[in-house]
Amino acid sequence: MSTEPLIFQNSRDGRGAKAQWPAATDGNALPDSLVRKQPPRLPQTGELQTVRHYTRLSQKNFSIDTHFYPLGSCTMKYNPRACNTLAMLPGFLMRHPLAPVSRSQGVLACLHELQDMLRHVTGMHAVSLTPMAGAQGEFTGVAMIRAYHKARGDEGRTEIIVPDAAHGTNPATATMLGFDVREIPTREDGDVDFEALKEALGPQTAGIMLTNPSTLGVFERRIKEIADLVHEAGGLLYYDGANLNAILGKTRPGDMGFDVIHMNLHKTFSTPHGGGGPGAGAVGVSERLAPFMPIPVVGQADDGSYRWLDEQDLPQSIGRLSTFMGNAGVLLRAYVYARLLGREGMERVAEFATLNANYLMARMKEKGFDLAFDGRRASHEFIVTLKRQKQELTLTASDVAKRLLDYGFHAPTVYFPLLVPECLLIEPTETEDRESLDAFVEAMASIWEEAKTDIEHVKGAPWDLPVRRLDETRAARQLDVRYDFNGEAAA
Amino acid sequence: MSNVPADLRYTKSHEWVRVESDGTMTVGITDHAQAELGDLVFVEVPEVDRALKASEACAVVESVKAASDVYAPVSGTVVAANEKLADAPELLNDDPYGEGWLFRLSGDAAEAEALLDADAYSAEIG
Repeated sequence: MSTEPLIFQNSRDGRGAKAQWPAATDGNALPDSLVRKQPPRLPQTGELQTVRHYTRLSQKNFSIDTHFYPLGSCTMKYNPRACNTLAMLPGFLMRHPLAPVSRSQGVLACLHELQDMLRHVTGMHAVSLTPMAGAQGEFTGVAMIRAYHKARGDEGRTEIIVPDAAHGTNPATATMLGFDVREIPTREDGDVDFEALKEALGPQTAGIMLTNPSTLGVFERRIKEIADLVHEAGGLLYYDGANLNAILGKTRPGDMGFDVIHMNLHKTFSTPHGGGGPGAGAVGVSERLAPFMPIPVVGQADDGSYRWLDEQDLPQSIGRLSTFMGNAGVLLRAYVYARLLGREGMERVAEFATLNANYLMARMKEKGFDLAFDGRRASHEFIVTLKRQKQELTLTASDVAKRLLDYGFHAPTVYFPLLVPECLLIEPTETEDRESLDAFVEAMASIWEEAKTDIEHVKGAPWDLPVRRLDETRAARQLDVRYDFNGEAAA
Repeated sequence: MSNVPADLRYTKSHEWVRVESDGTMTVGITDHAQAELGDLVFVEVPEVDRALKASEACAVVESVKAASDVYAPVSGTVVAANEKLADAPELLNDDPYGEGWLFRLSGDAAEAEALLDADAYSAEIG
């Protein structure tokens, strides 16, 4: 596959697509000092050449629409086409965010119903849809925990407990909100160290942030006891929704004793995203945190009509997180997804996600790969460690990740969680068929065999992609992403 | 196998400490730690005169794989920091016990003696 030149390299003076140009204006009466003296240096290419350039680029995409993508819901599941089609209806698409409530009953009804469905599937008391990403959802959740303690005059709670296996965003969130982070270790079997937790709890504990199933791909078995202990100490429990896909509809964070949860609707609820967004990090809360929810929330009046709930309705709210009410387009896609699945469909998502992960795990073990938590049932994902392969063959997780591309597979998550050396965190998701899973297992086994006979070939991968192995270290140490027009002219 | 010099003391979190002839203590991360992290691309060292408590996060090492905190192995005040690492993080990969040192502390050298010795650390990293 050849590389595509930059569009600037296709530029020739005087070419363009005049039909696409905006109409000339008088500069919108901008002050002279603000009007640029030189036109911007844009590429000059004809319409057809431009279309071809971007079409060729799109054909080089390695995406879930073309390849198995075992990053799973951690990054992006398959997005059913219907979600996009329905969210793109002109009534949704053209609605102005400042349109009066009387003219917005349709979209408000959808969002209200989404709040309800999320509430039921997570077992929480109430839901706010406004956070615009997972990290913002986390921030919202911990901000509510802080507001709760403050409202009670309980000012001494300065610590948030985080297991060492947590997503890095957890300690980052707690720190952003002014808490001290207290890390607790994980046991060999993947569960939280219960004794260390007991020791960490006290009158300084504001709460604990947990992911369940954890980042290690196993379900925290003593979650009820953990919840009781934390509550007895006066702390609250935060549920990181990163792995909600494994339990969707089967078991509920609210029933486990969690006080607040964020959901990555752009992941678990299957909306297209990538490269940083847009996302939707809806939060669900227990009854005691409900007064602190971010606004606006969609409420329903006695006559059945919908309206935005604001400061008047929720005077203790932590406030607004965005100009309007979150990423409406993402929320609508999540709404359609939830409606298409229904209550039973949601359970099937969790069942097949878990079945696929356990099938893949069993097949990998059969091929001789080492599981990080052998003997534990996988959640929707599991971890293979290449520690042995690295010692014996110098084969690393990164080498396997690059070589997989030549076999037509995207790499799984590598080098996370940090607790497991040379790890591959594999999440197939519910929509992969058995043939795809088997093909992945064969590719992994084949790469291992190659490493035994010709390690240099594996270390040189990828061979069949437009761009070969990149020098990631040099890219990070000497980052320079400027395009040098003069250098190009000289060349 | 990783290099674990016999004359240093170690922590479970992979820092090493060397008690210098003037009584100060030089701190870095071990050969095992740099090998696990891979090529380092960014190192942040603590400021001189900063007072550190043992186990306090006080430096950051970032590789293409991961970013990790470095913890103070003992209590003390920072008397020197390896500013070269800002422009040349690879020193830490190439020479973790020499040119790749992180910072130097003044404090109680007896605290360093109580840390893991080379055999205990070698057993720890198995």
